[in-house]
Amino acid sequence: MASLAAALPSPANPARGAPRAHPFRRLLRRRGAAVGLVIVVFFVLLALLAPAVSPYDPLATSWTAIRKAPNSAHWFGTDEIGRDVLSRVVWGTRASLLAGVVSVLISLSIGVPIGLIAGYAGGKVDMLISRLTDAVLACPFLILAIALAAFLGPSLTNAMIAIGVSATPVFVRLTRGQTMAIKAEDFILAARAIGNPPWRVALRHVLPNVVPALIVQGTLAIAAAVIAEASLSFLGLGQQPPAPSWGSMLNTAKNYVDNAPWMAVWPGLSIFVLVLSFNLVGDGLRDALDPRQT
Amino acid sequence: MLTFLVPRIATIVPTLVFVSMLIFGLQQLLPGDPAVVLAGEDRDPDVVAYLRQKLHLDEPLPVRYLYWIKGVVHGDFGESQRMQKPVLALIVEKLPVTLELAAMAILIALLIGIPAGIISAVRRNSAWDYAANVVALWGLSTPNFWLGIMLILLFSVTLGWLPASGFVSPFEDLRGNLAALIMPAFVLGNAIAAVLMRHTRSAMLQVLSSDYVRTARAKGLPERDVILKHALRNALIPVITLGALELGTLLSGAVLTEQVFTIPGFGKLIVDAVFNRDYAVVQGVVLFTATAYIVLNLFADIAYVIVNPQIRAQ
Amino acid sequence: MATAHRTVRLGIALGLAAGLAGAAHAQTLRIGLAEDPDVLDPTLARTFVGRVVFAALCDKLFDIDEKLNIVPQLATSYEWSADSKALTLKLRAGVTFHDGEKFDAAAAKFNIERHKTMAGSNRRGELALVTTVDVVDPGTVRLNLSAPFAPLLAQLADRAGMMVSPKAALADGDKFGAKPVCSGPFRFVERVAQDRIVLERYANYWNKGEIHVDKVIYLPIVDATVRLANLKSGQLDFIERMAASDVPGLKSDARFKISKITEIGYQGITINVGKSDLAQKNPLGRDPRVREAFELALDREGIVQVAMDGEAAVGNQWVAPDNPYYAKNVPIPKRDVARAKALLKEAGVPNPSFTLMTPTNTDQQKIAQVVQAMVKEAGFDMKIQSTEFATSLDMADKGQYDAYVLAWSGRADPDGNIFSFDACKQPLNYAGYCKPEVDDILNKSRTTRDAAERRKLFEQLAAIALKDRPIVYLYHRHWLWAYTNKLSGLRAVPDGLVRVQGLKFN
Repeated sequence: MASLAAALPSPANPARGAPRAHPFRRLLRRRGAAVGLVIVVFFVLLALLAPAVSPYDPLATSWTAIRKAPNSAHWFGTDEIGRDVLSRVVWGTRASLLAGVVSVLISLSIGVPIGLIAGYAGGKVDMLISRLTDAVLACPFLILAIALAAFLGPSLTNAMIAIGVSATPVFVRLTRGQTMAIKAEDFILAARAIGNPPWRVALRHVLPNVVPALIVQGTLAIAAAVIAEASLSFLGLGQQPPAPSWGSMLNTAKNYVDNAPWMAVWPGLSIFVLVLSFNLVGDGLRDALDPRQT
Repeated sequence: MLTFLVPRIATIVPTLVFVSMLIFGLQQLLPGDPAVVLAGEDRDPDVVAYLRQKLHLDEPLPVRYLYWIKGVVHGDFGESQRMQKPVLALIVEKLPVTLELAAMAILIALLIGIPAGIISAVRRNSAWDYAANVVALWGLSTPNFWLGIMLILLFSVTLGWLPASGFVSPFEDLRGNLAALIMPAFVLGNAIAAVLMRHTRSAMLQVLSSDYVRTARAKGLPERDVILKHALRNALIPVITLGALELGTLLSGAVLTEQVFTIPGFGKLIVDAVFNRDYAVVQGVVLFTATAYIVLNLFADIAYVIVNPQIRAQ
Repeated sequence: MATAHRTVRLGIALGLAAGLAGAAHAQTLRIGLAEDPDVLDPTLARTFVGRVVFAALCDKLFDIDEKLNIVPQLATSYEWSADSKALTLKLRAGVTFHDGEKFDAAAAKFNIERHKTMAGSNRRGELALVTTVDVVDPGTVRLNLSAPFAPLLAQLADRAGMMVSPKAALADGDKFGAKPVCSGPFRFVERVAQDRIVLERYANYWNKGEIHVDKVIYLPIVDATVRLANLKSGQLDFIERMAASDVPGLKSDARFKISKITEIGYQGITINVGKSDLAQKNPLGRDPRVREAFELALDREGIVQVAMDGEAAVGNQWVAPDNPYYAKNVPIPKRDVARAKALLKEAGVPNPSFTLMTPTNTDQQKIAQVVQAMVKEAGFDMKIQSTEFATSLDMADKGQYDAYVLAWSGRADPDGNIFSFDACKQPLNYAGYCKPEVDDILNKSRTTRDAAERRKLFEQLAAIALKDRPIVYLYHRHWLWAYTNKLSGLRAVPDGLVRVQGLKFN
């Protein structure tokens, strides 16, 4: 499917374009991206420091404080078995961040090598890989993830695997497209001409040039993966009780939206803000790393 | 054109074969004995044994696959064991619902996405651009099941303006139909609006810097005409072809949206079937949607080639 | 005198107005169901929610009243033979099926035989002891049994007693459920899978005086919040199984009414005591003292308050404490953490560790979390393993679990709540419990029809099985129905079915 490859950002080719500021500095110069980065860092710190930051034990139940509205003791209120919602939101950051990052790492570690092989080898290998990729892409992403998560059994780890595997074809296609484009560049032809073995050319010369596009896509994929984890947890296929995750909190909260809306509002908002900031960073990265798009 | 088209169409066959194997494998490997689930609360061993035999569950996986694929080739997608209804009949019954929902979602997406894209391209780096960007990011960043619940809470429970769920046929009651679909269509549409807005923005930026727009401006045409008549028309083509690829997003989104709003369409059909181990339904419906996706992709590719002759040359 | 006249006249005028209004726009009752029913064929049907629809669609030989008494429906009376091996039923005269066919002894015989012989029948087990059916005369039929079977009447008051039109059944075969033809107060109009089931009033219903609405539409809406929102916004007139947490909020809303009654089913925790080798590897499955400690660590009132918002009756048996067959010799134990700790010490495992498997359903996860917090105080290290329902059944069936949160919707006769769970090798005996003396008592309770005698047998059973604890029973939920205050005449029957007879809009 030529169209998708064409629609993706072109590789950042160091040989082209005038000298520019360091990409990271360029990233920070964009206000949205900078804000996004700050929020992401904030959530990462929250996840790391959860034990110190959260006011209560996220698992501590209290039969006398069931579904209490936000108050001075419980800023975000309490849940259906009297646990502090704020503490659960704080601890839930771990699940969401982990799910986002790990599932994308899974996609990358499967998708990039396959994409490199397809793009570099071409011919029958490419044909086979491309058809397989098309097949996976043709099945709605969430259906695949649901089926995979059901197959593996509901748990956070399995949800990450399910999301990672389901999202892999996007990376296969991206890597393949970029590889094919770069393969034709002069410096690759030169590297091959001086007798470098194909694997070396692929890893040393092609891969580094694919990385910028992968970083952009990867950041945006983290955003999508956080939502996917929440969706799976919402269907009962993600993080399992009593451990908190934003999606599983929403899964429970939906039964009480009428009489305890705070249970749904905070985890939902947290997902929104985290995903938003990953999207902001992703957008900024695209602009910073891809000279053509700005 | 033909040299592009023929091999392109030829790729559909192996893709579909892979799709069918993928869905079949994933489904059949799910833990949980479908016969036990289908046997209901009593789980009478005789009934379980009967169902196992009826569903060929005791035979090896490849044999079961052949049973299924043989039926599919003959137009028989099997039967829902839970609802005792042919899968094809279910598809025919649910397709209009999901199509209407999808059409409304796309309409909403177009109404939000295209103007927002135009504005942000024309008023680049202005407050308008940022505002449009915020709209786009909002659409991409809200989990749609959460948005659905919040909308139900606001418009159905608190304000009582819209029905909380369900589906009414437009032929029975058009107003009721629109009232029931507006919230789910918005939930689905706002994510796609974001994508459309981005495509529109970048396509517009490209077109606006092109020679003929410069010429049109030089001729002294009013800016309004330049943008709406000249630039937009050219920018929309890639937007629409790229938009067609959002069908996959739409279907994934429909899965949860239909669940939240209890809309009897494809998404709900598939999810309920996965949890009830109603294999024939999952396999049939996913195969159908995958085929639709692949065919639409083909159309998008063809359209893309028509408007972009350079690709043909590659 | 004058005022009396006026009242009468006013009454007539009102009556007329009501009659006219009724004629002017047909009255439709829209009922929100908690699940989507399965196939609407009484022989093949297998879900609880399907029975809710059948209550309006298919009449049965008998019905159950609020006090769980068996009352006549299509059968007007019954008589057991002296050896309890033949049941003679007098059938109601003048009953027709929705296709106009007559209901008579031949039709009844056809139906019992269909239940017994149709491929995939879910009724075969329920009617296993019925050997033959004789048509005595057009209004009388006799069921011959291979052995006495006390729960038979209760079975005939459920799906096994539902009568469908033989003509339609023969014509449609296994597709009958797509267009069922019965003899209930409402006839089938259409069904859109996962969306709605539409029934309309059957003009020739034998008891039409009790039917006051013209149409019933069942809409499956799984999410309790959304179901309630639909009731509040007027899209539904009636919802079944409302969430307990929504009760206080709705009570304060004068537009709606809530009815409730304790269910005949139960919520419990099944423990693997012998289903697989796993039972011996775990202190909970191996040692009855550990199970006793587990039960003593539970505060049932607390569980009901937290997990069910108080909308359940605590219980410790397969029937609720107000059931006539509740074994009074084994009362609900009080929570006693000290004693639980002592028992664990005695068993040599002060901190036994085990895993509680629970379906991913949020209600059952809540129970698991509450139980986890409670038994922790006695020293238990309980882990929760959420498993998708379909998978959890499979694991339970294979014995790949330590303990399992599982509910049962209940049957009118206590036999339906205990036999298949506690008798050796029965299909629902996930605990793997097997004791000859228990089987003996269970079989005896099936052959005797004398209530006092059966009560005594159930007491003997309770003394053994509730000590062995293959299942720790927790509570019996309240069926919670919410409906518009314009509706009246709802009968709250513990089986949880919605009987349309008597329901009317004011």
